[in-house]
Amino acid sequence: MRTVLRAMARNRGALGGAIFLALVLALAAFAHVLFPQSPWDMAGAPFTPPGQDGFLLGTDSLGRDVAAGIAYGARVSLLIGAVSTLAALAIGVGLGALAGYAGGLIDDALMRVTEFFQTIPSFILAVVLVAIFSPSLASIVGAIAIVSWPPVARVVRAEFRTLRAREFVQAAEVQGRSRASIVCREILPNALPPIVVLASLMVASAILLESALSFLGLGDPNLMSWGFIIGAGRSVIQLAWWVSVFPGIAIFLTVLALNLLGEGLGEALDPRLRQGTRL
Amino acid sequence: MSSSPDLAANVPAPSASLQAGLARSLLGLALRGAARLAKMLAVLLAIAIVNFLLIHLAPGDPATVLAGQSGAADPQFIAQLRHSFGLDRPLLVQLWLYLRHIAMLDLGTSYTQDRPVLGLILDRLPATLLLTGAAFAFALIAGIALGALAARRAGKATDTAVTILALAFYATPIFWVGLMLVLVFSVWLGWLPSFGMETVGAGYRGLDHWLDVGRYLILPALTLGLFYMAVYARLTRAAMVEVAGQDFIRTARAKGLTEGRILRRHILRNALLPVVTFAGIQAGQLIGGSVLVEAVFAWPGIGQLAFNALLARDYPVLLGVFLCTAAMVVVFNLATDLLYRLIDPRMAP
Repeated sequence: MRTVLRAMARNRGALGGAIFLALVLALAAFAHVLFPQSPWDMAGAPFTPPGQDGFLLGTDSLGRDVAAGIAYGARVSLLIGAVSTLAALAIGVGLGALAGYAGGLIDDALMRVTEFFQTIPSFILAVVLVAIFSPSLASIVGAIAIVSWPPVARVVRAEFRTLRAREFVQAAEVQGRSRASIVCREILPNALPPIVVLASLMVASAILLESALSFLGLGDPNLMSWGFIIGAGRSVIQLAWWVSVFPGIAIFLTVLALNLLGEGLGEALDPRLRQGTRL
Repeated sequence: MSSSPDLAANVPAPSASLQAGLARSLLGLALRGAARLAKMLAVLLAIAIVNFLLIHLAPGDPATVLAGQSGAADPQFIAQLRHSFGLDRPLLVQLWLYLRHIAMLDLGTSYTQDRPVLGLILDRLPATLLLTGAAFAFALIAGIALGALAARRAGKATDTAVTILALAFYATPIFWVGLMLVLVFSVWLGWLPSFGMETVGAGYRGLDHWLDVGRYLILPALTLGLFYMAVYARLTRAAMVEVAGQDFIRTARAKGLTEGRILRRHILRNALLPVVTFAGIQAGQLIGGSVLVEAVFAWPGIGQLAFNALLARDYPVLLGVFLCTAAMVVVFNLATDLLYRLIDPRMAP
């Protein structure tokens, strides 16, 4: 663990990413302290340019503070990014472990299902899912999880297949330990590094996906999110560029930070990944 | 025109073993083609079943989902739908009836536009194909060029610049890139139009018309293409660096070939294979991205159709678009697979 941390600290990109993420987390945690007023309330004159009347990032067409929207939006983005990644991990690790450990027909069937989910256009499926189940925190998290688990299943399956044949797993089998104990205590801990790397990259793509959904008007109507602010600012871009520019920068920096962190983690955990590309 | 017997006699007869080998490989090809086709049909069937499940899992009455707006549809139409899809019969019968509708290319009727969904989609398909085709071509050419540039100068400033550029586009929401391009090139500079596909009422014909469309195409195609350009640039760079380390490159260098020739004919050609394959698989996903881009630029394709259907909760259209785009992805993957077999003889049966 310590060597991993040290390797991460030497990687400037990963370090910068981690620091920036800590700042976003702090912004999300203290949004109500920094901006006691609800981000939905009119805070000043509509279309106040950035820097005027004490609005650092200006106001939108309804006089809502863009900076407050970004602070509260950070909560939504991080929450949805984290929860939907956890849900996708649960599906992907479960199915991947089953396929890789069981092999044979189960493996074949599960891999066909995985391939199928990788074939269909994921963004349109997410849109259809959220539209049909009506936009809410739960439907958005569910939709993102449903379209993002296949890479996890593939990685976990590959890890399980190689680890299953290793001596220490065979030794555990010979000892007569239960299957659950072998999977959870021998195989899974050794399969963790690639899963951790993948997870950090998945949080990034989940945040992108959530912002795209809420840009299209499929966000939770009760939650202020970055994509929603951009979508609302889109029609007034000629009058007030700042409404769409700043939340976009927030998404960009957060996603970039997560990607840098993920790549740094990958290099620290597995030097062979240094040349690797990801899907 | 009957061939004369002595002419045929001049052609040496292929040996029996060669004939058998040829027959076997042809048979193998046919079998493989049939297997691919069966797999494709299975995927299409699965997509239709997913659609069916979505209609039934949706909160509320499936008939209102099929009709579109819940509550707003007229009761007679709902009753007719209920009968035609057998909604009072067992679920498996319903599935069968639904699949039969799909197999006969009946994707339902849009309640907002009062037209068959298939017709709506086919009307708008050319615009989407133009947009995604242009974006794909741009992404592939620019991505490979940037990747090759970075690989050639691996470790130098150019390499770092390309890597940073790729990382940046990889992290930027596609719809925001579109808005920023509109802000800079339409609002601030006034160089390019910001929405639509042609100048309304200009009545251009022939070449003028296409030049006009081209002006409107630039920003949406760039928006959609930049993200994939970043992906292909990273892939090309990685593949080229890997190929450059292999033995046959050292041989080529030992033969005294120029660096430019080695790069073009030996490294790039071999590195392109994984890039092209991956690009082919991803080409289908471009259609998903085009929903967002078409929504930003009001580009009149199936993406915008889906976006408008979304705003009106016109589910038959939305599900129809999902079905059609998924089918397009499947067909595209098949085409890539066949193309790959042509490019790389090792993959051939």
